[in-house]
Amino acid sequence: MATAALSTVQRTPGQAAWRRFCRHRLALAGAAIILVLVLGSALGPHLLPFDDTYIDIMKRFAPPLSGAHILGTDELGRDVLARLMMGGRVSLSIGIVAMVMAMVVGIVVGAFAGFYGGAVGAVLMRLVDAVLCFPTIFLLLALAALTEPGLVTTTVLIAATAWMAVARVVEAQVRSLREREFAVAAFAFGSSNLRIMFRELVPNAIAPIVVAATLNVAKAILLESYVSYLGFGIQPPAASWGNMLNNAQIYLTSAPWLAIVPGVAITLAVTSFNFLGDGLRDALDPRMNIP
Amino acid sequence: MARYVANRLAQAIMLLVIVSAIGFAILHLAPGGPLSQFAVSGQMTQEDLDRVTRQLGLDRPLPIQYLDWFGRMLKGDWGKSYRDGEAVLSVISSHLGATLELMATATIIAVLLGCWIGVLGALRRYSVFDTLATVGAMIALSIPTFWFGLVTIYVFSVKLGWLPAGNRQTIGDGSFLDLLHHLIAPAMVLALVETAMWGRFMRSSMLEVINQDYIRTARAKGMPEWRILTVHGLRNALLPMITVAGLQFPTLLGGALVAETVFTWPGMGRLFLDSIGYRDYPVVMGILMFSATMVLIGSLLADILYAVVDPRIRVG
Repeated sequence: MATAALSTVQRTPGQAAWRRFCRHRLALAGAAIILVLVLGSALGPHLLPFDDTYIDIMKRFAPPLSGAHILGTDELGRDVLARLMMGGRVSLSIGIVAMVMAMVVGIVVGAFAGFYGGAVGAVLMRLVDAVLCFPTIFLLLALAALTEPGLVTTTVLIAATAWMAVARVVEAQVRSLREREFAVAAFAFGSSNLRIMFRELVPNAIAPIVVAATLNVAKAILLESYVSYLGFGIQPPAASWGNMLNNAQIYLTSAPWLAIVPGVAITLAVTSFNFLGDGLRDALDPRMNIP
Repeated sequence: MARYVANRLAQAIMLLVIVSAIGFAILHLAPGGPLSQFAVSGQMTQEDLDRVTRQLGLDRPLPIQYLDWFGRMLKGDWGKSYRDGEAVLSVISSHLGATLELMATATIIAVLLGCWIGVLGALRRYSVFDTLATVGAMIALSIPTFWFGLVTIYVFSVKLGWLPAGNRQTIGDGSFLDLLHHLIAPAMVLALVETAMWGRFMRSSMLEVINQDYIRTARAKGMPEWRILTVHGLRNALLPMITVAGLQFPTLLGGALVAETVFTWPGMGRLFLDSIGYRDYPVVMGILMFSATMVLIGSLLADILYAVVDPRIRVG
């Protein structure tokens, strides 16, 4: 029949979102770079003949592409590529784990504040506002100075300073979703408040939550690099992208690659997660128009 | 208007109370609490510590201690530095000028450059310039500030030798040109993130404005395009930027800390890190509270100023 030409392709919302995501070339590039960074950090150290903490004082400051050390060696003769890969494990893990922690806190606070509103909501959201008054780096460093530095503390502290934005997003979503028919229906069924909050409302806010989570990873990687660079995060001899830059300033004149290599890795990772978040925002909710 | 200001003021005071409670809680998180300075030295016996605890009133219930501490904060008694016994507030104020100088310069650069990029991007939407600006802004927001500082030092100080690698002035010089020469690099580094933010917000604000009816009316009247864009477009697009300035303030302050570290700039951020290094908790806490209060006042001022220039806000 002639009408067949007029029929449109039916797509599920998921397929439509996937198509929109694929059109966002920078987000695709971001996803690809993240994959390379993750695989490189996970598998790379097994393929390399050097150990990230092996000190070879005879081969200090070997420049990149000179001999066996592809990215050169640092002030103790350690292979920079090996440290970059091991540092990637630490920095990317912190990024992901801190994000998960921040999401859990943010979602719980946001859901309770948005669901109950009134005094509960006001108190919780004013708490969010109050924590946001502290410039993140000041708060993070003050807390880091009061605690024993290490992998776990650094991760927890980054999460502690990054959950507020999520709480705001979730609060706004839950507050508006709880008035919708499906929520009213759940009330009518006699579902418990907790069930409505976390089985009905939060899953319906998944699009902005996923976007916030992606951007949160970028933020966490950035924060890790700040605290570790300043010496209050991951402690040597363990490597992280941030603490590899720790001594780089001293050797800036003689060994600039020590500063350039980890910085490029951080920038690549953070940019990729930011673009990925941007693409997800376009794909999951075309109406969300945050600049 | 008076009601709006009173309302916002009440909110700000409530926030200040919560902020101070958080600050107080962090202070008591310190190993050994506020007494850590004595506990660390190891020269005091347990009896001495107990006596000092009683003298300083640290054996009282926490809420009472908090009220006492908060009262002293309000009176301007923020304690004394462990390092040299100087009052915390005077230590902070002696470093504040350098930080404000850096922040103001960076803001001026960011506002001018960011607005220009944003407006041009909005007027030529999806052009090559707009696309480059959007991608560039995203990358600028992703570069760690301190690393950008290192790269700047490497390029402009080490390789080209154009700019000094740090400090606020050459010792023994200190003329205006010398100060300016030292200011360029750190201000540029701090301005990068700010410019990106301003550009993005300005672009979306301008886009919103140029699609309004009154712009079309102005065009229909035959008003010259430059006049439409400046008098009607830019003026209205700039209004929400007041809020952006308020929102950006914490980031700007945090960025200043990092830039100061890289460029050994003798400001508040540098002082903060040095104090952390010396375990000088009163100064660390003082700067933390001071910066939070500055942010609070900044956002309060932004809200009030916005209500002054845009009467629609006062009702809400």
